[in-house]
Amino acid sequence: MIVELGHFALVLALVLSLVQSVLPVTGALKGDARLMAVAPPVSVMLFLLVGLSFVALTVSYVTSDFSVLNVVENSHSTKPLIYKISGVWGNHEGSVLLWVLILVFFGALVGTFGSNIPAPLRSATLSVQSWITAGFLLFILATSNPFTRLARPPIEGNDLNPILQDIGLAIHPPLLYVGYVGFSITFSFAVAALLLGRIDAAWARWVRPWTLLAWVFLTLGISMGSYWAYYELGWGGWWFWDPVENASLMPWLAGTALLHSALVMEKREALKVWTILLAIFTFSLSLLGTFLVRSGVLTSVHAFATDPARGIFILVLLCLFIGGSLTLYAWRAPMLKQGGLFAPISREGSLVLNNLFLTAATVAVFVGTLYPLALDIVTGEKISVGAPFFNLTFGPILVPLLIAIPFGPVLAWKRGDLLAASQRLYAAFGISLLACLFCFWLWGMQRVLAPLGVGLAVWVMIGASAEILGRIRVREVGAARAFSRLTGLPGSTWGTAIAHFGVGVTLLGIVTASAFQTEQIRTMKPKDLVSLAGFELTFEGAVPRKGPNYTEEVAHFTVRQGGVEIARLDPSKRVYTARQMPTTEAAILTLGVSQLYLSLGESRGDGAVDVRVYYKPLITLIWIGCVIMAFGGLVSIADRRLRVGAPKPARKSKAVAAAQPAE
Amino acid sequence: MRRLRTLAAAFGMLLASLAPALAVAPDEVLKDPVLEARARDLSAHLRCMVCQNQSIDDSDAPLAKDLRILVRERLVAGDSDEEVVDYLVSRYGEFVLLKPRFAWHTAILWFAPLVALLGGLAGLFLAIRKRSTRSGDAVREVPLTEEEEARLIELLDKGKS
Repeated sequence: MIVELGHFALVLALVLSLVQSVLPVTGALKGDARLMAVAPPVSVMLFLLVGLSFVALTVSYVTSDFSVLNVVENSHSTKPLIYKISGVWGNHEGSVLLWVLILVFFGALVGTFGSNIPAPLRSATLSVQSWITAGFLLFILATSNPFTRLARPPIEGNDLNPILQDIGLAIHPPLLYVGYVGFSITFSFAVAALLLGRIDAAWARWVRPWTLLAWVFLTLGISMGSYWAYYELGWGGWWFWDPVENASLMPWLAGTALLHSALVMEKREALKVWTILLAIFTFSLSLLGTFLVRSGVLTSVHAFATDPARGIFILVLLCLFIGGSLTLYAWRAPMLKQGGLFAPISREGSLVLNNLFLTAATVAVFVGTLYPLALDIVTGEKISVGAPFFNLTFGPILVPLLIAIPFGPVLAWKRGDLLAASQRLYAAFGISLLACLFCFWLWGMQRVLAPLGVGLAVWVMIGASAEILGRIRVREVGAARAFSRLTGLPGSTWGTAIAHFGVGVTLLGIVTASAFQTEQIRTMKPKDLVSLAGFELTFEGAVPRKGPNYTEEVAHFTVRQGGVEIARLDPSKRVYTARQMPTTEAAILTLGVSQLYLSLGESRGDGAVDVRVYYKPLITLIWIGCVIMAFGGLVSIADRRLRVGAPKPARKSKAVAAAQPAE
Repeated sequence: MRRLRTLAAAFGMLLASLAPALAVAPDEVLKDPVLEARARDLSAHLRCMVCQNQSIDDSDAPLAKDLRILVRERLVAGDSDEEVVDYLVSRYGEFVLLKPRFAWHTAILWFAPLVALLGGLAGLFLAIRKRSTRSGDAVREVPLTEEEEARLIELLDKGKS
């Protein structure tokens, strides 16, 4: 019954979304307040209906209702509860439903909390959001219905793919989707603004918090996915340049560019036309990612043909939304008035440069991901594009961007002084130079790139604080005043500094982990010893063990440092009973921010087993840096100034006003 | 009973073949560390053709193992890095290379990021030049209308922080 209820709610949501697609936008164009008033309640209703349908599917997973085809294909009665729940989005149908749920969730957020946005813009935005909603609801109902019943239900289900039965993968997709789909609201805002023909600084101010929110979640989602791949796939790589990863990286790069250009638009009314285009591109890349992952076109061009209905449906949606919005853009954008002027050397100029490099990086990922596909379709020739290609193209594009990061925030708006800005970065430059030289001294001259990389990372990290130090001017005003200035700095300043610091942290992790990873590959018998990076690992023997829905062979290892036992590691090899699918569970020992990574290979009889041990120095910084970036984004969202109409703080901070460059 | 045992043995073998091996197994590793380092470096640039975008150095698939052994055999036989790669391409086609060779059919792939960057730079340069020739006129600012003036004052009062 609940299953039919969920199905019905979905159909009802489709009807409502069609209503929402037409009425509010008509009202906005004609200035009819009654039509516009439809938007907020309907946006909430849409969320409730899709939410109900999602709950219905979750209930059938939790109760293992094997009369539902989707549950049979992806669940098993012995599966732990959390994986029964995460199984809801661990498959095609469920994940598209989650996609739509987040789509309407953002609509409902704007409907509920967007009362400070002028009614026409808000109504048109919600209508555009509903166009997307209607398209994807139709997609679910027509090609990917999760509520299909079976006339003869089996006793047991097929279980979820074992590598997806993991806590990381339980939370990775929702995080990623909030980010991915969150950009839809920015897209809707952009299209609505084009429809209404009005775009001003206020528009950027309304849009930026939503963009930031999506960006924060996408950042977390991507790093979560990367960490999952690292510990679950069993060989310790953390980024594969896999098309599926690239599909999430592209909206992230474009979204990062969007955040920065929206800043220029908000502060200086410049870059309007470009910001709108970027908003359209960012969500288009999200849609493209969805198409790539969901149509199966990635595994091979032929997988696409095995279920053409889905692929073609999304392709049509993709063309409609991207083509439609770009056409609208081409028609309307020339009518937009250009905003403030600025000199090439200025805060705006630096943000334009940021956008240029991020866009070029996006292009590199884009062609790298899609070119093999295009070539195969056009000429039938098959080529592969993997990590070596991206390292050669993506890397060099990012290096100048990283070098430029600390300059941006210390340049003044409108017309900056590069010399004055550089003076504020002397300290950062000195420290990073010292770090660089220290690394050369430590590691010798054989590895040139690693010390330079460390220097660059330190430069980005220390440089991130330059704006804050410059604003409080400790030496001139004394510690007490400086502290009050420090607390009075706006959230967005802190957010920028924290996020940029995070970039440096991630970079440091990448450089050290890739340059100084050491490994040992051995066949070990019980009581054998292997030493690596100052650690001694003793293989104590392997024992079989039984889990809820798998059996495993667990190997016990003792880790000693200087003869003293510091930890025990238990990597294992599992076989999941239902699918008879084997997985490796690596054992990881975190020491500070470095990790010892141990994974098992083949068993060789008489208790011997193949073992691979890695020492990965500072590797966790890669993900810690991402979390810091996301935190910076959150701090920036919390900035009061972003919430137009929010009550102003009673105590005005004169210090900030004084320290702020003239605007 | 014997049939049962054969069945069990067959099942065991099936399981063993499914069990993930290490990417590089200990018995594959060459004695000569220089050759082994070359082998690892080459492996990182070669695709495991049955996997999704994994190099043979990272992959657990049996095919990747065969290719790793093949690469090492060729190296031991005295092939140069290029000869090994050429040999593999002649056997498996260009699909085996994770870094596509630069040629006509990959020109777009290799040049696109550079073109995007240079094109963007050129566009910026033109925009700046256009701006600076125009900014002579822009100095004469258009005065605000009364309505705009009122709105400005309202905004300034409201937006004080």
